[in-house]
Amino acid sequence: MSLLDYFKTNKRTSAAIAKERLQILVAHERSSRNQPSYLPQLKKELLEVIQRYFQVSEETISVSLEQDDERETLELNITLPDEEHLKNFNSTTTKGK
Amino acid sequence: MARIIVVTSGKGGVGKTTTSAAIAMGLAKRGHKTAVIDFDVGLRNLDLIMGCERRVVYDLVNVINHEATLNQALIRDKRCGDLYILPASQTRDKDALTLEGVGQVLEELAKDFSYIICDSPAGIERGAHLAMYFADDAFIVTNPEVSSVRDSDRMLGILASKSRRAEFSEEPIKEFLLLSRYSHERVKLGEMLSVDDVQEILALNLLGVIPESKSVLNASNSGTPVILDEQSDAGQAYSDIVARYLGEEVPHRFIEKEKKGLFGLLFRGK
Ligand SMILES: Nc1ncnc2c1ncn2[C@@H]1O[C@H](COP(=O)(O)OP(=O)(O)O)[C@@H](O)[C@H]1O
Ligand SMILES: [Mg+2]
Repeated sequence: MSLLDYFKTNKRTSAAIAKERLQILVAHERSSRNQPSYLPQLKKELLEVIQRYFQVSEETISVSLEQDDERETLELNITLPDEEHLKNFNSTTTKGK
Repeated sequence: MARIIVVTSGKGGVGKTTTSAAIAMGLAKRGHKTAVIDFDVGLRNLDLIMGCERRVVYDLVNVINHEATLNQALIRDKRCGDLYILPASQTRDKDALTLEGVGQVLEELAKDFSYIICDSPAGIERGAHLAMYFADDAFIVTNPEVSSVRDSDRMLGILASKSRRAEFSEEPIKEFLLLSRYSHERVKLGEMLSVDDVQEILALNLLGVIPESKSVLNASNSGTPVILDEQSDAGQAYSDIVARYLGEEVPHRFIEKEKKGLFGLLFRGK
């Protein structure tokens, strides 16, 4: 193996890139897998209401539904823009089953 | 009680039919009465890989529609009397398979077979869903390649939520990874995901690694399940897989370059 080859193989291999891309993608797909189908619509409507009061964009709001044996938890997370409001509005609603 | 095994992957062309034929033959050769069912309605191929294409008279859809009895449709393998094949229909009617019909066929088979292998079609549509719905065990056939790994993960999600066991809150389907078309040379060069890479992502029980092998094409050319080619690497890989599935402890092979024998060892370090 020439010296040049040595430096070439020191670059990140395509397999390493493949692995990293897969890890990110699979983690994302797993988290959205068991979400009910109404969640995107719920998120859209919530965003509309919040936007009446605050200037927020879509990326700042996350909605997820967690489920265990006893309860379903709807978690709503909104990060308000820094300049105006330095607080993080965080609300969790729990409903017994 | 019969054990129902689905051979599935999501992605097409990864080796499900090759695997179904090999595993079914392997189990039958060990004396377990085994049936292998082709669920690829419209694209029947298992018959060709098993070498019984000219003996097909009735198929799975005929049995479901009560146009033939199960015994009329089952083809007994000429090489191994404990192996039976139930071919897929060539109909283009995608709704030919029904949940109820498949359930009845499996229930009847379960009465006198020990293992029932369901060769799933690609995709996540009806055929794939019905192939896995009644399964006890799932063999996830994956190639060390991004789209195959992603599709396998999706299939795992479906097994965990859409199967009979999931719907009735029974013990979940047991999932096993079969990593196929593996080339340790290319893994070493950093061109192919390694077993460990795939395991890190899918976190499954590894049943075996099947090397990329010319013997697979040779076997399919002649209609012989590759497991019968005992000299071949792929054939040996499938024999190991059957043994491990039956609970034997067999060390994994084909993951790295084969260690040299005694002769090689003596001359090592030269
Ligand atoms: N281990 C292997 N080495 C080389 N070729 C293989 C191997 N496994 C499968 N193949 C080839 O890949 C193709 C697809 O295999 P098949 O079993 O029909 O996949 P599937 O049923 O998943 O669509 C076939 O041409 C087969 O010969
Ligand atoms: Mg196939």
